Amino acid sequence: MTNAHTGDHALEPGFDHTVTTVVNGVPCELPVAAGMSLLDALREHLRLRGTKKGCNQGACGACTVHVDGRRVLSCLTLAVQCDGREVTTIEGLAGPGETLHPMQAAFVAADGFQCGYCTPGQVMSAVALLAEGHGGSDEEIREWMSGNLCRCGAYNGILSAIKAVRDSGTGDTDA
Amino acid sequence: MREVAYLAVADVDSAIAALAAHKNSMLLAGGTNVVDYLRAGAISPSVLVDISKVPITDVQVGEAGFTIGGLARMSDVAANPGMRAFFPVVSQALELSASAQLRNMATIGGNLMQRTRCGYFREAGFACNKRTPGSGCAARDGLNRPHAVLGGSGHCVATHPSDLAVALAALDAMMHLQGPAGVRQIALTDFYRMPGDTPQLENALQSGEMIVQVSANGTPGAAGSHYLKVRERASYEFAVVSVAAVVNASGGVIETARIAFGGVGTVPWRDHAAEHALAGVIAADSGALRLAADAALAGAEPLTHNGFKIEMGRRALVRAVQTAAGAR
Repeated sequence: MTNAHTGDHALEPGFDHTVTTVVNGVPCELPVAAGMSLLDALREHLRLRGTKKGCNQGACGACTVHVDGRRVLSCLTLAVQCDGREVTTIEGLAGPGETLHPMQAAFVAADGFQCGYCTPGQVMSAVALLAEGHGGSDEEIREWMSGNLCRCGAYNGILSAIKAVRDSGTGDTDA
Repeated sequence: MREVAYLAVADVDSAIAALAAHKNSMLLAGGTNVVDYLRAGAISPSVLVDISKVPITDVQVGEAGFTIGGLARMSDVAANPGMRAFFPVVSQALELSASAQLRNMATIGGNLMQRTRCGYFREAGFACNKRTPGSGCAARDGLNRPHAVLGGSGHCVATHPSDLAVALAALDAMMHLQGPAGVRQIALTDFYRMPGDTPQLENALQSGEMIVQVSANGTPGAAGSHYLKVRERASYEFAVVSVAAVVNASGGVIETARIAFGGVGTVPWRDHAAEHALAGVIAADSGALRLAADAALAGAEPLTHNGFKIEMGRRALVRAVQTAAGAR
């Protein structure tokens, strides 16, 4: 079966479940093993490598994506559980050559990163945070971003970026 | 990760039938605990029965009480306006748990079934009677700062990690369990088992059963109830010590209090001795409250590294009770 993102025929032994899902607006059928995480399916099958594998145990938030519009950890979500659901990754916010999502642009403007490894997860979480209505005080933003660790310590820049998007009123959607 | 089979079910009856039909099967809902511990090798089911799309997610709340569907998400229960108004201890316990992402995934039933965060349980290279019965307990003489001071045995001193369970213990919540024989109810405080010499048996859930609902009745003071959580960092961390306090005060005097502790026991720790000591105390009188708090955590037996939890728990109790009574 054909992977709509890469054109690959990716059937492999043991990959005996087929997940029908929509990833970044593109319908696709994914052959997966039962124990495969959504994170691995995105990165290894769909070659969507913007979503990062940090701890792979639900402790860092680098793998944050949206499933049916809610932010979740793709490392602890099994790919098979996404059958019939819609997944949005960092690539879904803005494709190559497209204008950056307002939250991405704000991270650049506010120095919301250093090494950048946690950034896709931070941005996906930040977009969700504003959509949830948790962008009030600095304290509230920090609390509701606490599931995304940044070992470079760019937290102040991240906070500034989120506030800038909040105040511009442009960033509360997936696309 | 070792190979595991998977099947998804659409309703409770199908889930119960699947559990009966497949040996060594395990329910999978939000996945936040099961997927992590499966990957770590701490648990080893042969079949995962996915109940994440079973529609028992309804939340009903009023002053008289609440019912929560077993598969309601933590985030949805916490944000329920009725829960915030009438049982804030539940919303607070939930929102002080994990992270926004994890709370969007994890279910109420799964939260109450989560396994301990004892590091020796997680790591297959260490002795752990809970993971491998009969292998010993690496924690008793190991690094046991996070472990229990109450309810432990020579076989296990792991704490129960759920904040929600602590809040529910203080509210005398009931668990509704469905199995092949139908639905039965059990008090949450009877649901959890002390480790004794069988720490692998953690609760009263029988093979083939699932949690379909959690409920509690309203009680005086519930609208002011409070959850205080002490952590190693400000957010996104399990409790070192926590207190759920439901206080009914009249004219500044505590009439009745319902108290449960987290982080200190092998099970969510309802503390009736503390409740008796608090009755009649003036909530604003910190000195009197501190004296009453000495009755809390009676019988605690500290391990090498966690004796501080006893004093920390009593101080947390004072603050939580004063907050719940509106005295600070």
